Amino acid sequence: MTTLTKAPESAAGRETPVRRRRRLDHVPYLLLLPCALVIGVLLLWPLGQVVVMSLYDLDSVRQVRGEREWPWAGLGNYAEILGDPFFRTVLRNTVLFAAANVVLTMILGTLVGLLLNRLGRRMATFVGSCVMLAWATPALTGAIVWKWIFDDTSGLVTWFFNALPDGLSGALFGRANWTGYGWFNDPLLFFAILTLVVVWHSFPFIAVSVLAGLKSVPSELHEAARVDGAGPWRVFWSVTSPLLRPVFGILVVLSTIWDFKVFTQQYALAGGTQDRSTYMLSIYSYATAFSPPPKYGLGSAAAVILTLILLVVTGFYIRALLKQEEL
Amino acid sequence: MKRAVLNATGLLVALFAVFPVFWMISTSFKPNREIFSSTPQPVPREPTLQHYREILTGNLIPGVTFTDFFVNSLLVAAATVLVSGLIALLAATAVARFRFRLRTSFLIMLLVVQMIPLEALVIPLFFMIQRLGLYNTLPSLILTYIGFSLPFAVWMLRGFVAAVPKELEEAAAIDGANRAQTFWRILLPLVAPGLVATSIFSFIVAWNELIFALTFINDQSRYTLPVAMTFFFGRDDTAWGSVMAASTLLTLPVMIFFIAVQRRIVSGLVAGAVKG
Repeated sequence: MTTLTKAPESAAGRETPVRRRRRLDHVPYLLLLPCALVIGVLLLWPLGQVVVMSLYDLDSVRQVRGEREWPWAGLGNYAEILGDPFFRTVLRNTVLFAAANVVLTMILGTLVGLLLNRLGRRMATFVGSCVMLAWATPALTGAIVWKWIFDDTSGLVTWFFNALPDGLSGALFGRANWTGYGWFNDPLLFFAILTLVVVWHSFPFIAVSVLAGLKSVPSELHEAARVDGAGPWRVFWSVTSPLLRPVFGILVVLSTIWDFKVFTQQYALAGGTQDRSTYMLSIYSYATAFSPPPKYGLGSAAAVILTLILLVVTGFYIRALLKQEEL
Repeated sequence: MKRAVLNATGLLVALFAVFPVFWMISTSFKPNREIFSSTPQPVPREPTLQHYREILTGNLIPGVTFTDFFVNSLLVAAATVLVSGLIALLAATAVARFRFRLRTSFLIMLLVVQMIPLEALVIPLFFMIQRLGLYNTLPSLILTYIGFSLPFAVWMLRGFVAAVPKELEEAAAIDGANRAQTFWRILLPLVAPGLVATSIFSFIVAWNELIFALTFINDQSRYTLPVAMTFFFGRDDTAWGSVMAASTLLTLPVMIFFIAVQRRIVSGLVAGAVKG
């Protein structure tokens, strides 16, 4: 007994300096372990899994529970959706929607950022706070409120069009009574309203980021340019915008990523997943997988396509960030 | 003259941004005859708490009240905040305080996973939740939201940890404090504001999430608030007064928190591109 208790003690005493140093080396890894584990299990593993699932025929809940085997489909799911004209329409709509929304968000956001920079302090604070409220509104409730504004009986927009002189309204749109007009029934109009909702919700982030960027541009540069006789437009293009380019790069990428996967607002405005004419990639993937009859394999293939598109964009983002910051 | 044009444009922008929020709150206080009147009133003429009373006391779905959904959401968000805050603090300490081999790789990984479209993960995560036997439980959501909020939470928190002067910790170490003591007594109190900001971010993620809550929960009594909201609208005769009251209740906590940390969120997202 005595030897047993003594031996480790002396061993520990001898090894202390070495062991402590080695233990210190382990500390950062130990601290990271839970985080790496969570990210690995909840983000990276499912990411790999969705690729795997897209290669199988998955269409039953028993497969979900692991009670039935997964029949191999190879690239069959991809062949099926890419050959489906409806999917191609969805893909086209998604790309067009994302492009339009990124452009509009960037333009409006940048203009508001520039405006905030020019306004007097009190006015800038006021406008900035109002803009912040739009951003702070959850995507879901924001969409619901807009749905109410476009309600076909008592919505504000319906009221507004009803209030227009009948002659004018009739000449412009071919109708004077707008009560009962389904603003969300025509896909083009639906996407237009969805764009309004998404731009309303996302331009504040661009505006605030651009403003922060502008504040970091030394004012001497602007003064020097003005002394040299440059007008405001020229100052913006030749001085401000090159200095803001890194910020713009990142903002464009972030907006692209966000606008490509819009789900919540679209789900809320469409009132669910019934209206296929308003589908975009993420809701297509979701509805394919979860609306009966379930087609998890096909849904996964659509999810992989969405991910691939965004991964390419992300590549640019990471490169831009790495150029910017020493990590 | 020019000043006036700028100010007028500013007011227009402010109006555009704030109007829907104003309209939501205003509608929630209007009696039904004002909501459905043919000439809308900007401000309720006879303000009423009727809609709030309705949603807070009535059953939305037989046997389930609005308060139940509110509590579900609160539970999910609170658990997410606690676990994700703790894990993020450990990881942020590692990257802010230590130089080790995989550090840069880890930071790049954080950036990359933030860009994963979560909407694309709903199918594999659904399979996983089913096999873990967590389908139709609140922990299925808590688990998922921890994963979603963690990368950005670490990214956000690492700046706060790095801002605490190392000398303070070294001084404590010289005074004989061990690592754990230094962490609890020195680092934690100084990092507390950062931890609050990070918690708010995680709270918002969990509070607002819709798709996963829609997919993982089947039992109506376990719905979170956003899922319950989808029950209100999309019907033939939407009770807009109740919808707006519920929307207001869903929005206000998020809005208050969000305003408190928006600076952090901007600087985190634009990481480094914007200095100052």
